[in-house]
Amino acid sequence: MRTLALVTGILVASLAHAQFEAPDVLVKNVTTEVVELIARDKQIRAGDRARLVELIEAKVLPHFNFQSMTVLAMGQSWNKADAAQRKVLIEEFKTLLVRTYASALAAYSEQRLDYRPLRARPTDTDVTVQVRVIQPGAQPVPIDYSMERTGSGWKVYDVMVGGVSLVANYRTEFNGTVRSSGVDGLIKTLQAKNRSLAESK
Amino acid sequence: MKLLIASAFLLGGCATAPDADPRDPWEGFNRGVYRFNEVVDEAVAKPVATAYRDGVHAEIRDRVRNFFANIGDVFIGVNNALQGKFRESFDDFARVTFNSTLGLLGIHDVASDMGIEKHNEDFGQTFGWWGAGQGPYLVLPILGSSSVRDGLGLALDLYTDPLGEVRPIDVRNSLLALRLTGARADLLEASRILEQAALDKYVFQRDAYLQRRRSLVYDGRPPRERYEDDAPVNREPR
Repeated sequence: MRTLALVTGILVASLAHAQFEAPDVLVKNVTTEVVELIARDKQIRAGDRARLVELIEAKVLPHFNFQSMTVLAMGQSWNKADAAQRKVLIEEFKTLLVRTYASALAAYSEQRLDYRPLRARPTDTDVTVQVRVIQPGAQPVPIDYSMERTGSGWKVYDVMVGGVSLVANYRTEFNGTVRSSGVDGLIKTLQAKNRSLAESK
Repeated sequence: MKLLIASAFLLGGCATAPDADPRDPWEGFNRGVYRFNEVVDEAVAKPVATAYRDGVHAEIRDRVRNFFANIGDVFIGVNNALQGKFRESFDDFARVTFNSTLGLLGIHDVASDMGIEKHNEDFGQTFGWWGAGQGPYLVLPILGSSSVRDGLGLALDLYTDPLGEVRPIDVRNSLLALRLTGARADLLEASRILEQAALDKYVFQRDAYLQRRRSLVYDGRPPRERYEDDAPVNREPR
């Protein structure tokens, strides 16, 4: 009886998982597709940043959970923000991250990538997908995608490059700004940053 | 030059930190050195590195990088041995052996092609491996982000640097300059991304440095850190 329950449990769990693309497959497919699109697009290769951002918004953005990223980057300060402020924060942080991601992709899209086998149990809902950027004469740079299973598939909630977590790295900045000039101060800082990036291109 | 450094220190000493970070008690001083470094970088290092990247063919830059990386592997091997990681240490010396011979004095990284992976070690990491904490964060003139522990490690790295033994002096200096230029050129993209990503470059770079060094001490597998404010508060249920 207990065995039956266990088997049923595993079956249900694996069925629930089967409806989504596995996280490592997802990362590989999306990365491969985006790198190929960049390689084929003359405008992007000539430095058209707006077009690259467009491409990332269409192909990469749906696989990120920006709400989780913002919450993690805010830490305790998240509690100080009201619903309206939270919405703006998520939106502004998303804009900043997409632009940063675009720059990183443009810089490193020609490097060789090594996709590591996923070490996770099928029932896991929080996994790390590991990719390594191979470069001559240097230790490979690991890129770790922290991913969580949501109702709409696996979503990235943090990216670690060379052991540096992106969301943790924003935490000191965000908390410091909130301490000195409040949540509105942080929103203003983010908006100003995004404006200056949009202008400079 | 000395005067510039001294005045940067003085300027830094006057600045007071608005929000003292426990990991960075000397923030005012550090910010001063950071500003000084930025001026030097903009005026000298970045333009030279950019010219090097744009003027020298990528393949030759790879060879140059490999050449210095091969010399670096000697003390990476020593540090792995000091950390008791003899397998890794053995690999490091195997790399030096293959790359120095088959790889023509290191300009070809044949060891990587053979599957012997390059490591990243230095004396700062060895101190960390034996349990020494970072100590306060420290920005060094010209050399940039460091900490008390890593600064001491760096002093040992430089003291034992095989390139330091090269004579005549002007050949040694040219090699050192080439190595620095190549290293800065490799960071051109990263520094541009940092420029874009950071709200406050100083803070962003400091936090990235501290995270990175922690990760390196644990060879890329650090235990999860508990921040006081780490809790994903009010996180929507998944």
